[in-house]
Amino acid sequence: MPILEVSNISKSFSDGYAVEGVSLAAERGEIVGLLGPSGCGKTTLLRLIAGLEQPDSGSISFDGVTLDGMPPKDRGFGLMFQDLALFPHMDVIGNVSFGLRMQHLAKDEVRQRVDELLGVVDLTGYGHRKVHELSGGERQRVALARSLAPKPKLLMFDEPFGSLDRGLRESLQIEVRAILKEIGVTSIYVTHDRDEAFAMADSIVIMDKGSVVQAGTAQELFKAPQSELVARSLGLKNVMHGTVATTGVESPIGVLPIDDPELGANVGARVLVLIDDRQISVKQQEGSVEGSVLEGVVDSVQFHGGESDLVVRIGDGRLSCLVRPGDASMALAVGESVSVVVPPHAVRLVHLGQ
Amino acid sequence: MTARRLIIIGPLVYLAVFFLYPLGAILAKSLDADPFIGFGPFTRLLGDSYYLGRIWFTIWQATVSTVLTVAIGLPVAYLFAKHEFPGKTVLKAVTTVPFIMPTIVVAMGFLALAGPQGLLNSALMDIFGLDTPPIRITNTLTIIFLAHAFYNYSIIVRIVSTFWANLNPRLEESAAMLGAGRFNTFIHVTLPLLLPAIVSSAVLAFAFAFTSFGVVLVLGGSQFATLEVATYELTAKLFRLELAGALAIIQMLFTYAFLLVYTRFQAGAAVRVDLVPREATSNRRRGTGQTLFLIAFVFGLLAMLSPLWALFERALSSGGGYSFTHFTSLFTNETGSYFYQSPITVIWNSIRFAAATMAISLVLGTIVAYFLARPRRRGAGVLDALFMMPLGVSAVIMGFGFLIAFNRDPLDLRASWLILVIAHSLIAYPFVIRSVLPALRGMPVQLREAAALLGASPVKTFLHIDLPILSRALLVGATFAFAISMGEFGASLLLVRPEFTTMPVAIFRLLSQPGAANIGQALAMSSILMVIVAVGFIAIERFRYKDMGGF
Repeated sequence: MPILEVSNISKSFSDGYAVEGVSLAAERGEIVGLLGPSGCGKTTLLRLIAGLEQPDSGSISFDGVTLDGMPPKDRGFGLMFQDLALFPHMDVIGNVSFGLRMQHLAKDEVRQRVDELLGVVDLTGYGHRKVHELSGGERQRVALARSLAPKPKLLMFDEPFGSLDRGLRESLQIEVRAILKEIGVTSIYVTHDRDEAFAMADSIVIMDKGSVVQAGTAQELFKAPQSELVARSLGLKNVMHGTVATTGVESPIGVLPIDDPELGANVGARVLVLIDDRQISVKQQEGSVEGSVLEGVVDSVQFHGGESDLVVRIGDGRLSCLVRPGDASMALAVGESVSVVVPPHAVRLVHLGQ
Repeated sequence: MTARRLIIIGPLVYLAVFFLYPLGAILAKSLDADPFIGFGPFTRLLGDSYYLGRIWFTIWQATVSTVLTVAIGLPVAYLFAKHEFPGKTVLKAVTTVPFIMPTIVVAMGFLALAGPQGLLNSALMDIFGLDTPPIRITNTLTIIFLAHAFYNYSIIVRIVSTFWANLNPRLEESAAMLGAGRFNTFIHVTLPLLLPAIVSSAVLAFAFAFTSFGVVLVLGGSQFATLEVATYELTAKLFRLELAGALAIIQMLFTYAFLLVYTRFQAGAAVRVDLVPREATSNRRRGTGQTLFLIAFVFGLLAMLSPLWALFERALSSGGGYSFTHFTSLFTNETGSYFYQSPITVIWNSIRFAAATMAISLVLGTIVAYFLARPRRRGAGVLDALFMMPLGVSAVIMGFGFLIAFNRDPLDLRASWLILVIAHSLIAYPFVIRSVLPALRGMPVQLREAAALLGASPVKTFLHIDLPILSRALLVGATFAFAISMGEFGASLLLVRPEFTTMPVAIFRLLSQPGAANIGQALAMSSILMVIVAVGFIAIERFRYKDMGGF
């Protein structure tokens, strides 16, 4: 029984930002990652759940209570904004204690809880600092402590680490996830960065153009992405549509052999073809090897300090291949003709429309 | 480099001769009556219950006026800051109309609306068949407060709404998420964040009410003299120049204290508050209730302009109908007054003095702005404060200082129209600085460097790069200078010779002569002045530099 249930919610704005027929559920204590490109409606969805916007249709319920029309302050949720929105006219204590003061807690109780939270986010002794004296990472911690202070029933994050550099972002991700899990608060984490979504979330909801395209755990999504968009959101490079044939699968880059005894039963089925870029071998055109040999031309080479991404144009499609240091194909240049071998175990088929 | 620095010498000399020297003359006058005691006139003033009363009255009338001004200005600022509605730009321009209007026009407008023969009274008398005017607020404090609020509320609206519109709405939303209702959010988050803007605009409104002259002189009558009016009377009527000097010094001390508070809060507003582009903040959602509210708001704002409508109506109405009688009678000198000047001469005087003021202010203001715009220039802060000093000296004090400083060779300017233009330019050029400086600071240095690399000489760079970019800011400054000169009253009243009479002075002279015909002519002249200034004002609104210029 999920604690948060968003059912078929819609909201549109005159300037185009919109959410259309979105449904979503979160279990108690679960961290749900909302993944999608900028402008896909993630933030609007958060604001709808928070009560900062009212839906045009659909409903949201939490712990069995419908939230329609309930003002944000009565929902008991927390929201950490992208720009954090720390109160600039208050010090750290003022910020962290704000929610507690709004609940009219006794002074001793407020002080005790603030001390405890500053400990949790590792900012003990920072209480009297002004907000503008803090570093980027310290501000994130204050914002987290402020959100946690009133013990929210649901905590939402709107890309809170977007402005930090990579190293700091990664260490904060680990830290914040540990804190959330220890407290056991149900959370929704919005991001456009798939690595962040994988690092933070228990389950992931992928959004595009205001709608949910697929939801599930990272493993489930990787196993069976239901569209090219989902597969690409997950960071898979070689994603194409294909049709099952007797000898293998027909794809824009040619017919690929498949290791699947049941293949014959599915002839004619539309599938998503996923090819592991690490298992493809590329050679300068000469002789043939086991597996399917495809003829192509090098389209681009991108060197990543160690490995290289080699994109080869084959037929109507393009194939991205990972080349490791030491491979002879490291020396290949744009425009050269190559032969590409895609071994059967590198190809995975996902049946669409199940 | 050194040559470039030298350009500041021109404005410095101008300031020294035409501002600091008269100021010194006032100080000397206030001390010279009794060289042995030195503070004689001050002792006289501070021991006289009348003048102590004037000081006290000036402070508390300004306080009440400010409270009223803020009370009217804040809700309007809120609506402009947080709501989008059709016609907002036009309406925002409309709220600024009173501020740009000459004080004498505002005072005349209030007479036309609520005076004994005003629009309201004659309408009420017609409707209810009354013999006496039911509204009797001329020569009362009420009308002074109302006129000050009318005149100054747009300062609050301008400054607070710009600040409010750019205030990050996530702050208020965060408060809501942390369990604060609308009231608590406003009290604990919005209000403290707006406070620097509210205080700095309120201090400006207070300073304007504190040095109010035209409004108090015309609407208040003799029993409500502010320090400014008292200084004028000591100078022009009682000829007690040493007392006038001492009073002027006292008033200046107050004004500079306010300006100090203002700059402190301005600096406070600039430091740490979380501001975002205004597109992100305004409220697009609207229900029926809000629509009705907005409609009421629009009518409220138009009603705020009623003194100006009334001015037109009264100027055109005579003997129960509408005609141009008051306007045509401006051309005859019925009472045979010594001061009579043809309206054509008066209007021409005002316009040419305003044009000359504009030219001087533009040159001075632009040079100073260029000098101050250089980042990290040593002493720029001090110079900035020095060049803004004239803003803190009231018009009457300026006129008084000119009278006692430029009455002998080599600087006997009393007979020249230049004395008026110089006085006006000192009041006007700080506005040019404040308008041009932000634009200049916002101009990337790379533009000039790029032009230089492409082979442009410094002159060509100025003509093709600086001037087009600064043109809007210059135009705003120019229009302010023009409007200030057109409406300037306090200094002109003391300095003007009959042949150089300007429109505000002519209006006041007409008003101080008895008879309905004179009042009618004063109304007609005020209408003409209002139209001339309004035309200039429309230019400001069309070319305003991204809402940041002006003050």
